Amino acid sequence: MDTGVILNNLNFLIVQGFIGLGAFTGGTLRLAIPAIILGFILGVFIGLCRLARSSWVKIPATVYVEFFRGVPLVMVIFWFWFIIPVFLGKSLPEYSVALAAFVIFEAAYLSEIVRAGIQSVPHGQVEAATATGLTHVQTMRYVILPQALRNMIPALVTQFIVLLKDTSLASIIGYVDLTKAAQIVNNREIRPFELYLFIAVIYWLCSYGMSRYARSLERRFAQSAA
Amino acid sequence: MIYRFDWSVLWSGQSGIWLLQGLVTTLEMSVLAWLLAFTLGIASGVLRTALIPPLRWISTFYVEFFRNVPLLVWMFFWYFAIPPLLPESLRNWLFDHGVEFWAGFFALGVYHGARFSEVIRSGIQSVPKTQFEAAVSTGLTVAQAYRLIIVPVALRLIIPPATNESLNLLKNSSVALTIGVAELTFQTRQIETYTAKAFEALTAGTLIYLILCLTIAAIMARVEQRVAIPGMIAQGRAGEF
Repeated sequence: MDTGVILNNLNFLIVQGFIGLGAFTGGTLRLAIPAIILGFILGVFIGLCRLARSSWVKIPATVYVEFFRGVPLVMVIFWFWFIIPVFLGKSLPEYSVALAAFVIFEAAYLSEIVRAGIQSVPHGQVEAATATGLTHVQTMRYVILPQALRNMIPALVTQFIVLLKDTSLASIIGYVDLTKAAQIVNNREIRPFELYLFIAVIYWLCSYGMSRYARSLERRFAQSAA
Repeated sequence: MIYRFDWSVLWSGQSGIWLLQGLVTTLEMSVLAWLLAFTLGIASGVLRTALIPPLRWISTFYVEFFRNVPLLVWMFFWYFAIPPLLPESLRNWLFDHGVEFWAGFFALGVYHGARFSEVIRSGIQSVPKTQFEAAVSTGLTVAQAYRLIIVPVALRLIIPPATNESLNLLKNSSVALTIGVAELTFQTRQIETYTAKAFEALTAGTLIYLILCLTIAAIMARVEQRVAIPGMIAQGRAGEF
């Protein structure tokens, strides 16, 4: 074990690789945080479409979700990497490609969380809202979604953990996240054991910490609901 | 920019053979890793419900450590960091027999074992406690009660989440391309490199994954109907991440 390699490159690994401030446009958090926010917005839209009455809206949304849930993320990243230049006529930076791929891919999973959250609101709420004279859209906006969002929070935190771990795959198109940063250092120093164990611990701390938080939220919501 | 489609790249030249080889490697690795993952999952899932605390701690450590780190990092770890630490004879054997494949298999199996463990634990916990008490009171030992009563019932309860997890394993086998395993995604990229026909190559690879996943899901839905225990479903947050 040689911890020197970690200490000497700590700044590069954490500030550049994990947070994303530095010479490269990179960073695990810089990709994961916008991806979960944009993915959630798209996910709400697709989740609502899946619950729509019209099958013209419902079927495309269902196909979207089933498609992306049946394909590996690596494949989706390659799709964006190779197809965006064909459509736009120029290639985009790794950051935009990775962000687009993650938003589109995660939205499929997030929409399932949104759908489950909406379906968990008792139907009596819809009836009560309609009885007070609210329209369908108003009912959704003022009555259903606020309650559904609260029910979704633990699952959303869990999905963010998944996303955070998945962002490591952006390194295959050359995006400098924590995993790629470790690879770069390893190419120079040849210390795979120390470096990969170190980044494993960093990922573990974030992801385990958040999973504990998700669990405590779940418990708190379960108590307040009872 | 106008893109000229040329689907013939998929059957002219070597593409077809590459895709087939990739599919075989993907399936080989997934099946072997699935066996490892399932074994580790049952063992650690059972131990997490064990009455003896140290056994619980070990299995909890295994599950929480492995599933909270990205699979890609595990791939690099098993491929780059572990072989230099192995004894020379084993290392030579591995380098002669496709070290990428075995590292990928191991990374995939150990990572998904931790995830299976959660699914299996939730299955075991949803078997009513009275079943265990009844089993022990008929004179079975604790090990027998698990082997003959609890685990078989639990396995029937967890078919939907276990199917989901198995499909995740199959899809995640694509991560092994990063360490050079010539699986399906790797071959798809190879076709793209040789023919410069990204759209066609990716469509072929994507369709194969979709067909595999949808077929397995459909088969397992029928299996589930057949073996489901009426009135019982696995509770809890089975294998969400």
